[in-house]
Amino acid sequence: MSLITFDPARVPTFQVAAKDLLGDTQMRKNVRHATDVIQNKRRIVVDEMPDWQELRESGRQIKQHTLKHLDHYLEQFEANCTKAGGVVHWACDAAEARAIVVDLVRKSGSGEVIKIKSMTTEEIGLNTGLEAAGIKAYETDLAELIIQLGHDLPSHIVVPALHKNRQQIREIFKREMNLPDLGELPADLAEAARTFLREKFLRVKTGVSGANFLIAETGGVCVTESEGNGRMCLTLPETLITIAGIEKVIPRFRDLEVFLQLLPRSATGERMNPYNSIWTGVHPTDGPRAFHIVLMDNARTKILADEESRQTLYCIRCGACQNTCPVYRQTGGHAYGSVYAGPIGAILTPQLQDMHHGQSLPYASSLCGACYEVCPVKINIPEVLIHLRHKVVEQDTQGFGALNPEAMAMKAMAMLFTSERRFRAAQRLGRIAESPLVNKAGWVTWLPGLLGGWTQVRDLHEMPKQTFREWFEQRGANNGH
Amino acid sequence: MAISAEARAEVLRRIRAVTGVAADAVTIDAEWSAIRREYRRAATVDHGAILHLLEDRLRDYDAGVYRTSLAGLRDLIGRILRERGKQTMAVPEGIPGDWLPAGVLFVEDHRGAVDAIDSCEGVLTSATLAIAETGTIVLQDAPGQGRRAVTLLPDYHLCVVDSSTIVQSVPEAMALLQPTAHKATTFFSGPSATADIEMTRIKGVHGPRFVDVILLLSEPG
Amino acid sequence: MRVSLFITCYNDTLFPATGKAVVQVLERLGHTVVFPAGQTCCGQMHWNTGYQEEALPLLPRFVAQFKDAEAVVIPSSSCVAMMREHYVKMAQRIGDAQLIADVASLLPRVWEFSEFLTKKLGLEDVGAYFPHRVTYHASCHGLRSLGLGDGPAKLLRGVHGIQLVELKGLEQCCGFGGTFAVKNAEVSSAMLGEKVQAILNTQAELCTACDNSCLMHIEGALHRQRTGVRTMHLAEILAGSESGSEGTTT
Repeated sequence: MSLITFDPARVPTFQVAAKDLLGDTQMRKNVRHATDVIQNKRRIVVDEMPDWQELRESGRQIKQHTLKHLDHYLEQFEANCTKAGGVVHWACDAAEARAIVVDLVRKSGSGEVIKIKSMTTEEIGLNTGLEAAGIKAYETDLAELIIQLGHDLPSHIVVPALHKNRQQIREIFKREMNLPDLGELPADLAEAARTFLREKFLRVKTGVSGANFLIAETGGVCVTESEGNGRMCLTLPETLITIAGIEKVIPRFRDLEVFLQLLPRSATGERMNPYNSIWTGVHPTDGPRAFHIVLMDNARTKILADEESRQTLYCIRCGACQNTCPVYRQTGGHAYGSVYAGPIGAILTPQLQDMHHGQSLPYASSLCGACYEVCPVKINIPEVLIHLRHKVVEQDTQGFGALNPEAMAMKAMAMLFTSERRFRAAQRLGRIAESPLVNKAGWVTWLPGLLGGWTQVRDLHEMPKQTFREWFEQRGANNGH
Repeated sequence: MAISAEARAEVLRRIRAVTGVAADAVTIDAEWSAIRREYRRAATVDHGAILHLLEDRLRDYDAGVYRTSLAGLRDLIGRILRERGKQTMAVPEGIPGDWLPAGVLFVEDHRGAVDAIDSCEGVLTSATLAIAETGTIVLQDAPGQGRRAVTLLPDYHLCVVDSSTIVQSVPEAMALLQPTAHKATTFFSGPSATADIEMTRIKGVHGPRFVDVILLLSEPG
Repeated sequence: MRVSLFITCYNDTLFPATGKAVVQVLERLGHTVVFPAGQTCCGQMHWNTGYQEEALPLLPRFVAQFKDAEAVVIPSSSCVAMMREHYVKMAQRIGDAQLIADVASLLPRVWEFSEFLTKKLGLEDVGAYFPHRVTYHASCHGLRSLGLGDGPAKLLRGVHGIQLVELKGLEQCCGFGGTFAVKNAEVSSAMLGEKVQAILNTQAELCTACDNSCLMHIEGALHRQRTGVRTMHLAEILAGSESGSEGTTT
């Protein structure tokens, strides 16, 4: 994670951001290629599972059950983790979480930390907070390293540097690692990262991580990864600090049997990701001597309170929705103006900001439903999008907002639909109003106002002279039906 | 810590404002037990097929795969290490002495500074269990497997898996791990990999880039 | 059967040929088609754009007009999806017990046109003749919300004289998405670009689907780019017969 962050108050709307990004041919090619590859890999390892749908349903039920008793499971986790030597902290919001972590790092006696990729730490802008406190944070995940050294922003939950190709990455490494003769093959780049980071793993005394799952029954924490940097950060430092959203808790150790099947296949199209680490509190003679975990709310309880969008919290951060989304495919992740992009971003980001920002995101979707089809925990993302659109409209039409052009047009259309007489009159009027816009071949190539977006890129056939019902009625009159 | 204590009360209050007062543990447990689980939870093929499946998966990961019985184990280890050109190997406490061939320096890890492990060319361990369907080997802190750093720092890992601990599916594995769920646990499925560069899966950023697995059979293999 | 036709607001206004084709096919199969007066719109545009209060009154209208229908047929999978996914919730929101009961009773009798033929009537060959090279786009609502599956393709394969070419990426969204096409016109266009490319690669004369919303959007680009490729609703292909091989025209 670089020090550049998405400032929700200042990011452009999705429409504006997308328009710019659509012009980035290299990015679009990279995104298309990457998402095609992951989707194909996912399809293969999902199709071979005769019980995939059963696993999805169990995943959904486990999450639903957990949220229903979230306080119970968080307290159980806290008790068991503490018993095993861990120290459990709580944070209401991002600012508190940052403050706790900064304080813990200071107390650990280290001026630097090594970090495993964690969307949660991105969400709260942790590195900025650490930097402000004079603490250097080294990202150790290859993609996050690419982002950090490239002074960039992540564009995907699982593969944050998906928008970069090898040449671009090579340029970054050459420059920032001072390797003028760096080769171009992915293996060369990986080797450069390995050497660059190894000295940090062996030296830095404090590690910071997120968590994939918190196990209430045992007080254990599970982190899944591919590269091994996670294992390095979780076992070599003297002090480990983990930050997790409160929705990461699952009831029992055994529930991992569901999620460890759903997550790797959905996220990277593998039967199992290379490394999973599970630790419980402090293990004498094995790993950190001090373990702290920060349980963070940061608007999650607000999402919990909304019955229709509570399912947003089921998310296990697999990224499958992003990989399948036909909108994300065109724009990439930065268009969403948040560390959470794609379909999950469209519903999570505005809710994390209590609907004060990100109101354009629920509209960044054609409601095609491909995300719902692949979501391993069956989040009905289209349903949540529609629900959030309603919340946005309610916000937008308060007071004088009710007079905004779109709302007025919608009210007018609604009046037409509630009366057949008015509807037919509007159809007749439409033909009249349209006629100056119709060319000799019977097509409209320009429409004004709110409808202008249509004719920017498409023609519109002129309205037929006779509506269906006029035809049907005439036929009935003729045939005596 | 001041922030934390108040935050704890506030976060729990916010949750309870939605979920109501917590039901009793018995009710919650019953609800958990009622969660629908119609996925596979037992083996669907025989043990011989399970071994073959694991071997296939390991080979997919470019791991070397071998079979032997206890009688042939030491010689096999010696042969593999010769072929790999390894002359110093780390071992955790608890590896049986009669597994260790001559001609290789085995450095036992006593859980001090990690430099000693770092200077070894590889590590030899046993394993807790293996999952055939996913090609996964599970290590815990037990005799013969050691602390987590010992299988992390070396570039090469030679792992002896008792064939009687190989299961077909993830649910079977989790059931077997339940009694030791509180231990430091590592699942590894192939060598370290990344797909962060153009979605090309490449080996080894951190952690062993080379893995060999010996399936230890109870009869002559 | 006595089939009640819900034409949909946009088909009525912009694609009457589709409605005529539905009537033609059903009558050819020996059924009677009635057109309940007063029908306008299912409420999808308002509901999906966030204007839920404006959509609510359209539910009791629909129920009043169709509650005694033997079967309701709708040549638009997105409208049927709207009803199946949201009408129960809308009825509960309105809170009228009779309305809730009526909706529960009516929904099982509501069919998208192609699924009425394949699932209700069990047909794959409806006696159609259409000697053209055609490719099929699977509209998202039909594919995912209604689970139309192979139904439309089976109906197309049952058309005499047709040359059916598979569309690569037929399950990928065309980019219409209702008001999305206008509110996010650039992205909609980018998505449409891939769909148009795939259609042109099939060298089909025309692209068909179960939804004129998709087809209007796709044809808008096919025409803008002067490709010479057109679109036609599935019903119009099925209405094609030896005596009128062009199907119905607008």
